Amino acid sequence: MVAVTAAPADSAAPPAGRSRGPRPPALLVLAATAVALLTLLPLGFVAYEAVQTGWAEASRLIFRQRTADLLWNTVRLTVGSVALSLALGVGAAWLVERSDLPGRRAWTVLLVAPLAVPSFVNAFGWISIAPGLDGYTGAVTITTLSYFPLVFLPAMAALRGLDPGLEESAYSLGLGRRATFFRVVLPQLRPALLGGALLVSLHLLSEFGALALLRYPTFTTAIYDQFQSSFNSSAATMLAGVLVLLCLALLLADLGLRGRSRYARIGGGAPRPVARAPLGPAVWPVLAGLTTLVVLALGVPIGSIVRWLLAGSSTGIDTHRLLQATGTSLSLGAVAAGVTVLLAIPAAWLAVRHRGRVSVLLERSTYVSSALPGIVVALALVTISIRAARPLYQTAPLLIAGYAILFIPRAVVTARAALAQAPPVLDSVARSLGEGTIGTLRRVTLPLITPGLGAGAALVFLAVVTELTATLLLAPLGTRTLATEFWNQSNSLAYGAAAPYAALLVALSAPATYLLTRQARRATV
Amino acid sequence: MTALTLSGVTKAFGSAQVLRGVDLHVPARSLTAVLGPSGCGKTTLLRLVAGFDDPDAGMIALGGETVVGAGRPRPPQHRRVGYVPQEGALFPHLSVAANVGFGLARRQRSAGRVGELLELVGLSPALASRHPHELSGGQQQRVALARALAPRPSIVLLDEPFSSLDAGLRESTRRAVADALVAAEATAVLVTHDQAEALSLADQVAVMRNGRLVQLAAPEIVYQSPSDAGVAGFVGEAVLLPASVSNGYATCELGSLAVRGTVSGPVSGQVRILLRPEQLLLSDSGAGVEARVRDVSYFGHDASVRLELVAGGTEVLARVAGHERPRPGSLVRLTVTGEALAYPAGTVPAGTVPTGVILTPSSS
Repeated sequence: MVAVTAAPADSAAPPAGRSRGPRPPALLVLAATAVALLTLLPLGFVAYEAVQTGWAEASRLIFRQRTADLLWNTVRLTVGSVALSLALGVGAAWLVERSDLPGRRAWTVLLVAPLAVPSFVNAFGWISIAPGLDGYTGAVTITTLSYFPLVFLPAMAALRGLDPGLEESAYSLGLGRRATFFRVVLPQLRPALLGGALLVSLHLLSEFGALALLRYPTFTTAIYDQFQSSFNSSAATMLAGVLVLLCLALLLADLGLRGRSRYARIGGGAPRPVARAPLGPAVWPVLAGLTTLVVLALGVPIGSIVRWLLAGSSTGIDTHRLLQATGTSLSLGAVAAGVTVLLAIPAAWLAVRHRGRVSVLLERSTYVSSALPGIVVALALVTISIRAARPLYQTAPLLIAGYAILFIPRAVVTARAALAQAPPVLDSVARSLGEGTIGTLRRVTLPLITPGLGAGAALVFLAVVTELTATLLLAPLGTRTLATEFWNQSNSLAYGAAAPYAALLVALSAPATYLLTRQARRATV
Repeated sequence: MTALTLSGVTKAFGSAQVLRGVDLHVPARSLTAVLGPSGCGKTTLLRLVAGFDDPDAGMIALGGETVVGAGRPRPPQHRRVGYVPQEGALFPHLSVAANVGFGLARRQRSAGRVGELLELVGLSPALASRHPHELSGGQQQRVALARALAPRPSIVLLDEPFSSLDAGLRESTRRAVADALVAAEATAVLVTHDQAEALSLADQVAVMRNGRLVQLAAPEIVYQSPSDAGVAGFVGEAVLLPASVSNGYATCELGSLAVRGTVSGPVSGQVRILLRPEQLLLSDSGAGVEARVRDVSYFGHDASVRLELVAGGTEVLARVAGHERPRPGSLVRLTVTGEALAYPAGTVPAGTVPTGVILTPSSS
């Protein structure tokens, strides 16, 4: 899964004059640079390979029917799923925020909850009870059901942040409800919607598990197949190159978007509560529609898991294996979370305390990996380790490095927010009261930033626990995690045996969903 | 005894020269206000004294001990300098008691000592268990002062501590802080851009401009004998008129006035004379120069009257008691009480029109 993290806008310019402050310590810059280089490693690898392969060979590998098919599959999946997600996300957000729909709070929770079902578990839920649902229809249906909350959340936040005064002005200028929605409300939602659409697109580009289960070939599944057939194949790398270009284009679009548009409410004071649109008799079809959506997105996968759990328990669950995989997943998650947060601190510290061109560049470079699919990161690390660092190949440290590269943006965002809780003036005060550098860190800075760093670690932990693609490629032989065990069982159609793993994955994703929801709400408004 | 001495202190950030050779002496148990417009370098000055930044050149001594200028600068934690930043900057994760006791050794952090300090700044010891976000802005400032005073510092530095408070709270907090500083027998340096704050609280006022200290004197001296027209305008409203001086009398559009020289000595010849608006008296008839009332700003307790001299059209400013304000458009007679202050014509700030000018703190 790629990150649901927002690269923060460049808001924290230093106040003129006084806090242009001392130069950043060289050691810190060095550490942040090393981390940035690590996160740029996969991108560098793909670029290096492309150059090494040479134009003739590269173009032979890229410009062929196979690539065109994959591109077509990717594009039509993205267009279909993004369009459906936008329609569902905006519609649901408007109902929850601006209509008198009964039970709005409960609907909000239910409409975000599908994020707690990893998309490959969702695909398993569907395909195991409706084997005919594969190919394009299945792929669009299931990815939409998995990812529409990524539009719903920012749309909801944007609607909440919208000044109702704007709508009232539109009414007073003679516009009706419908005209007001399309001419005033929708344009204001544009940044949130584009952001959500880009996020869904990035998820689709890196989606592997669900599409493999649904037998819908895209770049990720093709890279995986190539990789399985021959470890060191330039064909896989060239496909990865095309995929990376698509991802980077989206990332650039995202950065550009964040830079430009911000339609926040201007002026002080609390916004007045909105007058909600009465649904009238339409409330019944609306309720039926929302119920259907929740049943499809949440009821089917969970019901399916429960069904297979019941069916599987008759044949007996291998409890030992299950516990072992759980233990492995949890400990990998814990180590990766600790390492990733530690790696995030230098860049975040520079960004908060020593804002300048270099620190912005170092911080931004850690966001690049948020756009890279797990399969590309894994492919790069496998190939590099085989060629240049053989002892690292198939080891836990390499797997942890992969997790760190994939999930460091989440840690940087939270570490930044945490460090903002400890402004430098508090250091000054502590120093004037007789504390040295270490004492200030111990008594002031650490107590203030620890909760935030903990939240970041929790986010990384939960992402690692449910990570599938990179784990499949990077895990040492014999290392079984919940995700890989689930994958092996469901791939060999042992649905009953896969169900307990699916259930645990969903249970572990639920808190992550809660945390991401909170973060997304804060980031979007 | 001198609690703080600065001499020849300079500081630049990159190409921006912030301090250009500042000399300052702060007597023990006094409150010195460093007054200047924003960007004049006053906060930088404070940070250098506290040790958060080091000057490029110059010497700083605290209570007779050189902390900068002889070997390595002494780090802030070893200077015994209390620091009260803007908005207080209380530690958000600590209670009021823990904030106040932060700089005390562990065994000194008793409830009794914390309560004493809270009472010193005029707060109830019952607030000790509260957290900073549960306090008003004025209370936060007072806790910040109690925290700074707790380790008995040799000097307390206050960086615009009242600027974030609203008007009503500001006056009462100012008074409480000044009283606490006196009761603690503390030496204090207060940085502010508010001339009323500086004049009303301080024992001596240090006026800064463009990284230089332009005048260091008691509040009444700074107000009555500003070292130049710029200082005059910064510490209060003023009327500046061209005049020629001979035998201790200046001849100007307001007639012949008694003058005294500036702090830099007696003057003669072509000068600019400075009058405070309260020196201009209005009457309906009798002696004086005829003037027409342009407009009146009524403040309740007093009023500010802009007038135009009938002969020549020069604009001047007078201050009258609130109940004596004239009607706009009416004709009055102007006389001057007290001495005028004369500056050599060349020292008047650029952009001054030759006919006369009104200086106000906001325009400088």
